[in-house]
Amino acid sequence: MRRVVLAACLAATMLAAATALAVDLPGLRGPTPIGETKESAQIAREINDDARRSRNYPEQPPVIPHSIRGYEVSLNANRCLSCHGRRMTEMSQAPMISVTHFMDRDDQILATVSARRYFCTQCHVPQHEAKPLVPNGFTDIDTLIERQRKTLGTAGTGARQ
Amino acid sequence: MIRRLWRFLQPYWLTLIRPSTSLSLGLLVVCGFIAGVIFWGGFNTALELTNTERFCVSCHEMRDNVFAELKDTIHYTNRSGVRATCPDCHVPHNWTDKIARKMQASKEVWGKIFGTINTREKFVAMRLELAQHEWVRLKANNSLECRNCHSADSMDLTKQSERAAIMHSRHLFPGEKTCIDCHKGIAHRLPNMAGVPGWN
Repeated sequence: MRRVVLAACLAATMLAAATALAVDLPGLRGPTPIGETKESAQIAREINDDARRSRNYPEQPPVIPHSIRGYEVSLNANRCLSCHGRRMTEMSQAPMISVTHFMDRDDQILATVSARRYFCTQCHVPQHEAKPLVPNGFTDIDTLIERQRKTLGTAGTGARQ
Repeated sequence: MIRRLWRFLQPYWLTLIRPSTSLSLGLLVVCGFIAGVIFWGGFNTALELTNTERFCVSCHEMRDNVFAELKDTIHYTNRSGVRATCPDCHVPHNWTDKIARKMQASKEVWGKIFGTINTREKFVAMRLELAQHEWVRLKANNSLECRNCHSADSMDLTKQSERAAIMHSRHLFPGEKTCIDCHKGIAHRLPNMAGVPGWN
């Protein structure tokens, strides 16, 4: 009996939570009813200025600052590596893929790109001139440290640089 | 055997080489001219008919493989609505070169009849060889078919991305490289590129 009551309570809570979420987060399709087709937004332009973006955290895979339309990355060919590959950078003057891409999972450095790092767009993505679909409150670590330093009123906690 | 054939053909041949006794030279010339126009026009019309996207895609080998791949690319659909169809890139525009290519294409008719690439697997297995034919051809003629539309003279570098402008002025304009050297697989999927220069 107790179990049934517990389950009922849980279900009720979940239902309430779901209702609350449904109100707060209508999903990417917005308030359009299920039965109707939402008018599609214009496809955003791809950024193609070749300017490097700063990374939000050190492990962030750098984003691609150019168009990659039609670039084939498959078992047969890797278009990215024809500029960013180790032997190609002199000709292309593009940044070489980092040495981590040559490592297997035991950190052994291989002669060529490790199979697990071969499909570039799994991590690296081109950018578009588009508004974010949902707000993003991400703050990077330096900003946080800076903020804390200001509130504590101390200079040089040794956390930076 | 040959003698019997000759005996059979002899009267026709003699008729053919005997000067006409009843028809005037003028009539013969006019008739010859009209027949010439019809034959030549017919020949060229038939030739141009084989130079259309519709003709190429009438074979399932082309429709299901290379044409399907072309559809995603900028040469098929783009902002200005100009389309490069199959012959724009694969058949030379210059008449003599075109005829030479058309004669070469008899090999493709052979392939069609005997089903050289009539399944996806056969096509994929032959893809490297087929692609190499095109790379060799375009390399040899300095990417002529590309340049039929994309001329280096009309290229406005300021309208290109900085990277493209640098690459073109460093490698293309001095004639060090030709279009196909860097733009392989621009309109179709690539074969296995292991060992192809410029590809890792």
